[in-house]
Amino acid sequence: MAIAERQATPAAGDNSWHGIVLQTLKRNEIRLVPYVPDRVLTPLIKNLHADPFFTTFATAREEEAVGIVSGAWMGGRRGAVLMQTSGFATLANVLASLAVPYQIPLIMFVSERGTLGEFNYGQSLVCRTMRPVLDSLALEHHTITRLDELEFIADRSIKQAVTTQAPVALILNPLLTGGKVFDK
Amino acid sequence: MTTRNTKVMNRFDVTSRLIGKLKHEEAVIGGIGNTNFDLWAAGHRPQNFYMLGSMGLAFPIALGVALAQPDRRVFALEGDGSLLMQLGALSTIATLKPKNLIMIVMDNGIYQITGAQPTPAASVADIVAIAAGSGLAKSAWAADEEDFERLVEAAMSATEPSLIAVRIDDKPGVGATRRDPVQIRERFMHGLGVREPL
Repeated sequence: MAIAERQATPAAGDNSWHGIVLQTLKRNEIRLVPYVPDRVLTPLIKNLHADPFFTTFATAREEEAVGIVSGAWMGGRRGAVLMQTSGFATLANVLASLAVPYQIPLIMFVSERGTLGEFNYGQSLVCRTMRPVLDSLALEHHTITRLDELEFIADRSIKQAVTTQAPVALILNPLLTGGKVFDK
Repeated sequence: MTTRNTKVMNRFDVTSRLIGKLKHEEAVIGGIGNTNFDLWAAGHRPQNFYMLGSMGLAFPIALGVALAQPDRRVFALEGDGSLLMQLGALSTIATLKPKNLIMIVMDNGIYQITGAQPTPAASVADIVAIAAGSGLAKSAWAADEEDFERLVEAAMSATEPSLIAVRIDDKPGVGATRRDPVQIRERFMHGLGVREPL
């Protein structure tokens, strides 16, 4: 069953998907979180803004956010990028020319649209490009569908990205987040 | 485009003048192609980072470094064609206001490295007006080499991010960066004091 979006406060012990993501970022000293917003990510973005531990802000494009966290990592500060499926589709060039060849532990959280009830044909098509692009560069990626697996996958993946100096994409599936459904 | 009163300078000469002013291990991010070729040719420094691709990301990468190390001045060298790919980054920087970030735009109105085709902005747009309109109040054209050096000095003690635009000629870059991305990144991290060599 899908985990419905909750209006939870960002306290430790918050067992919503976004509460777990926030705490996992914090535990791994990831302070810089630029994003291009997504409806499903809204509670996470809101709580990141509310927590002074994080420097979080919107960028105009996803590749801009990738450039920012890449520079920050080289300067000694860890970051992660939040985006939607369609935003990931704009990243092939920066992944292939910056994150991968320079061995940068780029941590990406992708809110998955285009599947399990998508109402926009364009979204469902662009979603199909995501895993082939990740696979073509042999990038680590996990699709997270279950709340009880989220912390393990996110925590271990972040640590692996940092220690192996390799990007990782954590795809937040509608089974985890509830996704976005047709509302108008 | 209104008539410009700025001198047409040379990228390598301007880059060399900038490097000559750096005394505090300032970071310098070189955008793709000629901007990083001339940065390389001006003399490699451990605090230089050279891009291989990802056109348009010199300013975002520099912003990341500036946020990570607020006590270090961070310069980014970008071409006008590259900047046109990522104009939104100017507003991001204007919103965050990192006082230690200094953006330099080398504007020749052409994609020199691909065959000198004019950019879509060449005859109609003004880079400094775009930057100012994006919220970067401290944006200026360098009138000539001496004015460029004066603007760099002012930017080094500024309390907000600065953008300096330089009209340059159509000459190619002087050097050719060694394209070894892992070594470039690793040495840059050593230069920033983030890591020690093995």
